Amino acid sequence: MDIPMSWLKEYTDVKTDIKQFVEDITLTGSKVEGYTTMGGDIENVVTGQIKKIEKHPDADKLVITTVDIGKSQNLTIVTGATNLKEGDYVPVALDGSKLANGVEIHSGALRGVTSEGMLCSIQELGFDLHDFPEACENGIYVFPEAVELGKNVVDVLDLKDDVVEFEITSNRPDCFSMLGIAREAAATYKIPFHYPEIVVQEKAGGNAADYVSVEIENSELCPRYAARVVKNVKIEPSPRWMRKRLRAAGVRPINNIVDITNYVMIEMGQPMHAFDIDCIAERKIIVRNAKEGEKITTLDGTIRNLDSSMLVISDPQKAVAVAGVMGGENSKISENAEAILFESATFYGSNIRVTAKKLGLRTDASSKYEKGLDPNMAWDAVNRAAQLVEMLGAGEVVKGVVDCYPNKRESWTLSYSPEKINKLLGTNVSEDEMQTIFEQIELKVDRQNHTVMVPTFRPDLEAQADLAEEIARFYGYDKIEPTLAAGTPTVGKRTKSQIITAMVKQNMIASGLCEAMTFSFESPKVFDKLNIAVDSDLRKTVTISNPLGEDYSIMRTTTLNGMLTSLATNYNRRNDSAGLFEIGKVYLPKAVPVTELPDEISTLTIGMYGGIDFYDIKGITEKLFDILGMSEKVEYVTEKNIAWMHPGRTASICVNGKQFGYVGELHPQVAAHYGIGTKVYLAIINMPELIAYADLVKVYQPLPKFPAIKRDIAMVVAENVTVKEIEKVIKQHAGQYLESIELFDVYQGKQIGKNLKSVAYSITFRATDKTLVDQDVTEAMKEIVDNLATQLQAQLRDK
Amino acid sequence: MKQKLKEIHDRAIAALKEIGQIKDLEETKVKLLGKKGELTAVLKEMGKLSQEERPIIGQLANEVRQDIEQKLEEAKKRLLAAEQELKLKAETIDVTMPGKKCTCGHKHPMSIVIDEISDIFIGMGYEIAEGPEVEKDYYNFEALNIPKDHPAKDEQDTFYINGDILLRTQTSPVQVRTMEKGKLPIRAISPGTVYRSDEVDATHSPVFHQLEGLVVDKGITMGDLKGALAVFAKELFGEDVKVRFRPHHFPFTEPSAEMDVTCFACGGKGCRVCKGEGYIELLGCGMVHPKVLKMSGIDPEEYSGFAFGMGLERVAMQRYGITDLRLLFENDMKFLKQF
Repeated sequence: MDIPMSWLKEYTDVKTDIKQFVEDITLTGSKVEGYTTMGGDIENVVTGQIKKIEKHPDADKLVITTVDIGKSQNLTIVTGATNLKEGDYVPVALDGSKLANGVEIHSGALRGVTSEGMLCSIQELGFDLHDFPEACENGIYVFPEAVELGKNVVDVLDLKDDVVEFEITSNRPDCFSMLGIAREAAATYKIPFHYPEIVVQEKAGGNAADYVSVEIENSELCPRYAARVVKNVKIEPSPRWMRKRLRAAGVRPINNIVDITNYVMIEMGQPMHAFDIDCIAERKIIVRNAKEGEKITTLDGTIRNLDSSMLVISDPQKAVAVAGVMGGENSKISENAEAILFESATFYGSNIRVTAKKLGLRTDASSKYEKGLDPNMAWDAVNRAAQLVEMLGAGEVVKGVVDCYPNKRESWTLSYSPEKINKLLGTNVSEDEMQTIFEQIELKVDRQNHTVMVPTFRPDLEAQADLAEEIARFYGYDKIEPTLAAGTPTVGKRTKSQIITAMVKQNMIASGLCEAMTFSFESPKVFDKLNIAVDSDLRKTVTISNPLGEDYSIMRTTTLNGMLTSLATNYNRRNDSAGLFEIGKVYLPKAVPVTELPDEISTLTIGMYGGIDFYDIKGITEKLFDILGMSEKVEYVTEKNIAWMHPGRTASICVNGKQFGYVGELHPQVAAHYGIGTKVYLAIINMPELIAYADLVKVYQPLPKFPAIKRDIAMVVAENVTVKEIEKVIKQHAGQYLESIELFDVYQGKQIGKNLKSVAYSITFRATDKTLVDQDVTEAMKEIVDNLATQLQAQLRDK
Repeated sequence: MKQKLKEIHDRAIAALKEIGQIKDLEETKVKLLGKKGELTAVLKEMGKLSQEERPIIGQLANEVRQDIEQKLEEAKKRLLAAEQELKLKAETIDVTMPGKKCTCGHKHPMSIVIDEISDIFIGMGYEIAEGPEVEKDYYNFEALNIPKDHPAKDEQDTFYINGDILLRTQTSPVQVRTMEKGKLPIRAISPGTVYRSDEVDATHSPVFHQLEGLVVDKGITMGDLKGALAVFAKELFGEDVKVRFRPHHFPFTEPSAEMDVTCFACGGKGCRVCKGEGYIELLGCGMVHPKVLKMSGIDPEEYSGFAFGMGLERVAMQRYGITDLRLLFENDMKFLKQF
């Protein structure tokens, strides 16, 4: 909402400069977006009189003027304008002057003749014919009457005004008006606020009810419809003062009648509409719901298709306006309209908002209506419009208001307790001061009963907390003393799952991975990209009904796409390697279509490429399980059945035979779908299960007192014998002194033979109560070797 | 014999002075003091001496031996030192070459901000509450005093799953879920992902992060709200930061405010970043609306509370000077490694 300061000052005498005003009113709750000075960019343009006009010797289309600017020396100015005659008063841009839009004017030669400035059109001063209808459309502005010479044009034409732009919050429809902001400004400075005095003379006599009747069919959507009739209308430009105010408020002046409706809307916040009364069949206004499929051509020339949720202003034959949004072309005021009807109505805000949205037609009127207006305002507004008609001589007002207002909105009382208000705010504001504040914003205070009567334009005041805010605003938020809540002490902490999640992150970072963040919605196309089976449960998704586009239309059921897209970004940007992890959610619907909230499962995703192999990423997961005290429980099991993973290079991660994650190489086909031309490694771990398996209880193990004995053993086995099988045999037969086994070499090559591999272990034995001697382990080693030979056909290698 | 001993001594001293290597030193030692060494040979002849001469020569021989041993030791030290010096010289390396770094990963800038803010509030006695992102309309709007036809519902450009289920547009529903649990007093924050249907550009993202805070207890005042948030701002931005509270409107708080902090770019003087105001908006806050307390089963006559909420992307972008929001979700290693 743009508020011209000169207009505001008509209602309250704000004396501070603009910068201070903006700060002060911001701190009482009217948020200022910014302010500008209209006409502020014009400098050094003065009034002048043309003394002489001569032909330019070298140019047919230019003339040389001699201009008196009230100084001893006249100026010579060359111009191409054709609308001038000697004696005209004109705006003169002097050498070094600035015009609207920052254009600078300097002396210079035009076809050999020095021009000591420029004569200005109204456009060059930043305005147009709507603001100055007397101006010539394609020529220099000529003052309609004599002006003093050498005066600043900005002052003479009264161009200057400070305009403040306010952001109005949805709870304060009353502030969507000059009067609303003025009331706030007055309360801010605790100075008087003057509501305009509205008197209508009704010189045309008669009775409005004889001219027009009003019927409201849907009083829920239209609580009030007030109308006045004006006869003998004379359409002409409105006076300069009104045009100036409208322009400063951001509205283009049109003619007296349109300007009056806009003026009242800006001043009071009540949208108005004017109909040509002869276009209303039977002169009967009916406020009704549109018929399904009904059409109307609005004032902007567009045909609108209406539905039955929308409200129209109609006559017995046709709709003449989309209520609260825009008038119809069929009832527009023509040049020779004789009588007009001023509509000042109240419509239900949400309905207008939905209608405007459906029609894609958000107008000044609809944006005011959608906030929910006070029906009591309609009365003053229609009278104010009539008063302005009389003031401007735009017509004769017929006696009376046709007012259809079935359920009057009444003021309501709220009780307040100064103690409770102070207790909520942490302040010590006296009841006297509270009374002053209440009265300033037009609440009637009853000290005896501790109640206030709330004016109907403040529907946001519903309870004591709302009154507390009013007190706080005008007492000053800055004066409320900051304190630290005493109350019951609480312990600040993270939950177990939050702590473990933080540990996982820390561990991933320690493993050299960078944390990624990706979107949680994506395209349904990713399932094909990921080779996910057509009947997979992963394709059952939580689907957004109004997405930004198909690419963002489903909540992800797997984190793979986000990770692979990020890796692809890195790959495409020629980063040699990338190591990322993300802890993010997947959203698994309980049923499709969704009827209840889905399961949101936090998932750890690791993705890597470049200079690594399967065992690097597996090692990262192993280290994680170590840190979380769960490596004993975890098993890696060969996994061949994950469609998007390499069937020979993937392991399920299990506890007690139950899978809670997997690690491996991405299927090269899927990598290709993402345009990644190298091996990609992934690990996916279900966080809730990880958290459940984690064991953070640490118990100290005594340090060894006796030395260990180490034995190395190397064997040749068939290629397909897994290390897990070998270790199982070793562990089973190593006897009571086994401390640890460590794989230190796996080798395949010519010396070993085809389809075979060499595997080497270091086995450590230790006793807790004595120093072991060779005999203590010889038997165990023999057992191990024998069993490896019998169970796995392992042949011992000589070293 | 005396003469012999003296000769041995003199020769030994001279020889030791010449010696340049440890192994020569060993040889010399054997030659002089070994079983077949010169001094030993002389001593073997002691028996031939008279009763009177024996102690005198014995003493002399001992002195010679001790002196030689001492000189040997000195020579050894000298040689070892020289050898060490040579070795050290040979081992000289170029210390200006880069060190070997163990590869360490990096936290996402959003996580850094979330963790830092969380830690500040944990230090003030707050817990971290969590709630679903796919949320019921009731929790996201209705229970927060935003009834069905409220314009605020339109302003937030909500993604809907169906009529009742949506993607939360704010972290505020976690407030309601926390209050509904009925455990009082409450001091909780809830950072999380929220969704609004804004097209992706340099300053907008349909997926972003907010952090919500809620305190409910007996006798909580607006002064407490100001106090807590002022402490928070100082912890996050430094001792010198100033805060400003402006009245504002949120359906779920009353009174409501927005908190501004002095502009990080100009320190409050006014500049392009803060549009000359000297302040930058940081968060919205207010006293929990009595209706909201009531709907969540808390008696507003007995309890009061305050709540606040802030967007986190802006905090991260301002702190690190990031000018394009999209960078946060691209996960380019060159970007992530900077934090």
